[in-house]
Amino acid sequence: MHIVVCIKQVPDSTQIRVHPVTNTIMRQGVPTIINPYDLFALEEALRLRDLFALEEARWLRDPSRGKVTVVTMGPPMAAQALRKALTYGADRAVLVTDRRFAGSDTLATSFALSCAIAKIGERFGPPDIIFTGKQTIDGDTAQVGPGIAKCLNIQQLTYIKRVTRIDHLRRSIDVERCLEGGTQFIESKMPCLITMLDGLNTIRRGSIDESLRAARSSILTWGVADLGVRDVDKFGLKGSPTVVKRVFAPAPRAQKSVQLGTANKTVRHVADELVAWISSHQPKLADGPLSKPGA
Amino acid sequence: MMMMLPTQFQDHRHVWVYIELEESQVNPVSIELLGEGRKLADKLGAQLAGVVMGPPKGGGGGPALEEAFAYGADLVYLVESQLLTNYRNEPYTKALTDLVTIHKPEILLLGATTLGRDLAGSVATSLKTGLTADCTELNIDSDGSLAATRPTFGGSLLCTIYTLSSRPQMATVRPRVMSMPERQTKPVGRIIRHELTMVEEEIATKVIGFLADNRSDRPDLAKADVVVGCGLGIGAAINLKHVGALARTIGGEMGCTRPLVQKGWASSFRQIGQTGVTIRPKLYIAAGISGAVQHRVGAEGADLIIAINNDPHAPIFDFAHVGVVADAHRLLPALTKAFSRL
Ligand SMILES: Cc1cc2nc3c(=O)[nH]c(=O)nc-3n(C[C@H](O)[C@H](O)[C@H](O)COP(=O)(O)OP(=O)(O)OC[C@H]3O[C@@H](n4cnc5c(N)ncnc54)[C@H](O)[C@@H]3O)c2cc1C
Ligand SMILES: Cc1cc2nc3c(=O)[nH]c(=O)nc-3n(C[C@H](O)[C@H](O)[C@H](O)COP(=O)(O)OP(=O)(O)OC[C@H]3O[C@@H](n4cnc5c(N)ncnc54)[C@H](O)[C@@H]3O)c2cc1C
Repeated sequence: MHIVVCIKQVPDSTQIRVHPVTNTIMRQGVPTIINPYDLFALEEALRLRDLFALEEARWLRDPSRGKVTVVTMGPPMAAQALRKALTYGADRAVLVTDRRFAGSDTLATSFALSCAIAKIGERFGPPDIIFTGKQTIDGDTAQVGPGIAKCLNIQQLTYIKRVTRIDHLRRSIDVERCLEGGTQFIESKMPCLITMLDGLNTIRRGSIDESLRAARSSILTWGVADLGVRDVDKFGLKGSPTVVKRVFAPAPRAQKSVQLGTANKTVRHVADELVAWISSHQPKLADGPLSKPGA
Repeated sequence: MMMMLPTQFQDHRHVWVYIELEESQVNPVSIELLGEGRKLADKLGAQLAGVVMGPPKGGGGGPALEEAFAYGADLVYLVESQLLTNYRNEPYTKALTDLVTIHKPEILLLGATTLGRDLAGSVATSLKTGLTADCTELNIDSDGSLAATRPTFGGSLLCTIYTLSSRPQMATVRPRVMSMPERQTKPVGRIIRHELTMVEEEIATKVIGFLADNRSDRPDLAKADVVVGCGLGIGAAINLKHVGALARTIGGEMGCTRPLVQKGWASSFRQIGQTGVTIRPKLYIAAGISGAVQHRVGAEGADLIIAINNDPHAPIFDFAHVGVVADAHRLLPALTKAFSRL
């Protein structure tokens, strides 16, 4: 079984600050991390590989056939993210990097990644499952997973909680999918692309062996020329139909908030003042929702 | 920014809204989008069309058509097929992609729901067109192109995105971000039917079951009229009872910030913000919440925001309508009592 996991290196947004005067993002010194959502995808992939290795070992005495390949598209420093993924236990890593990928929107990103995955398939055997995270914490569009699936023309299974069964003979896969109102149980075919939901597993701590292996492993690095696409206008800025025209700070609220409650009033007093304020300023509220309290 | 559109795009004219159905009920986000789509169509001097897809209803197409017209659609594209009984990506993508290829809309809007995001990503990639995610504002520029504005970097900045080199211009919008339009009594408009040319054997995905969530552990924050939210300022999990008591007294739902979910004090369905739910209640009481941008983007659509915080410089006072500098532990129970006296 061969599983490909797409990971993205992102700025750690908990540490991003906006410059108070110029309103621009201050990226300097902001550490980068693997997009947190992608770790749930990686863990599910590693779990399935290990499960499969057990099965294989039992039947074929060949525990070597399950492999997880991680791939990222980004600047050369994105290799750090791949290295980290190897320490968690991924088997091999591919960095897709080229200045001509710069400025990609989700369509161009999906296209580039799908070309890289096709090439991974040629080199190492076609993947059975491709995983992505649910979304990133920077671009945050959740569009790249569906984009890759469409470019490769395979099934997409989005918002997946877990893979419950894989039948290698029939090439079928069962998954649980999270919808707004509940859980959907789906049977589909492999190969497929899964966008993995967050919070239902935790990335393993890689073993020392894996850390050592990760330090030794080489990361495959591919540029535009390696992807075997003639029409290079499909990559990067040229291949991106969307254009960011303007970045600006949200307008502050025109009016400052009304301040109620001062140090020398009792809480009961403040509470009454607040309720009175609501009743006088928003009579509709006092007569509407607030007048029919729940059980 | 004057740009002539390549001639092959000039026959793309109208504004479309994908109408999402939940058990043949129209998802409110689609109605919000019809309201928004109507404004865009009027600015363009174009028509507004709804797209309805689902299993055959025996003629009429079900209540979705009536709703589409009542909220401003001039016409509806209707695709009915047994294959569209449950949402599955393949047949829905095929149906919508075919419709767009034949009828060429200028703009196509979908809700940023589980279904909408799943469908929009596939359709945009099939059509090789641009898709702007989670927009908070849609406008028509002086040259007639769609200016789609969305939060970036966790809401601390906004950016305006255009789709220049392809059509349609696609965008998704989260539920409750746009306001609900007025319902109109309007005669039924034109219905254009389309056949789905696909057979079950071409579809690899089968839905084999569905388990509805227990309503009690999955609050519908997005639809609540009154929300009482709390953050780390409440101090300890045990103090959630004061928040719950106030919420019950005023008939509201309880919400929270992300750290409370991370600590396991509250379920993730209660998280308000960028990576949680967007709320649009009539009243939002926020207690012990600092007002980080990631929280703010999910909460600022509330009609009235009352913030309780013991730090007079907390950023939440920048976007609350009423600020109360007080200890939440003491004020919440007092408020519950004060409302009970109403
Ligand atoms: C502020 C901002 C707003 C943007 N808005 C839009 C927009 O509205 N429309 C648009 O088309 N583009 C937009 N972009 C560009 C978009 O972010 C990039 O195309 C980006 O390369 C991928 O999109 P994403 O970060 O939203 O990923 P998502 O679609 O959210 O990512 C989903 C998953 O895909 C995988 N993945 C994503 N990127 C990579 C990668 N480079 N390498 C490996 N795996 C990856 C990961 O597994 C990830 O979890 C925006 C960018 C920024 C910075
Ligand atoms: C990618 C990303 C996504 C995120 N998404 C979300 C999201 O969707 N939703 C979200 O909420 N957060 C989100 N966050 C987290 C966000 O950045 C903030 O960390 C979080 O909102 C802060 O929560 P808080 O206000 O509860 O805690 P704090 O910021 O710690 O604020 C606690 C407040 O309580 C006040 N306080 C203390 N004691 C009392 C008292 N006795 N009475 C009254 N007030 C008191 C303090 O003055 C302080 O203002 C996200 C972060 C990242 C990086």
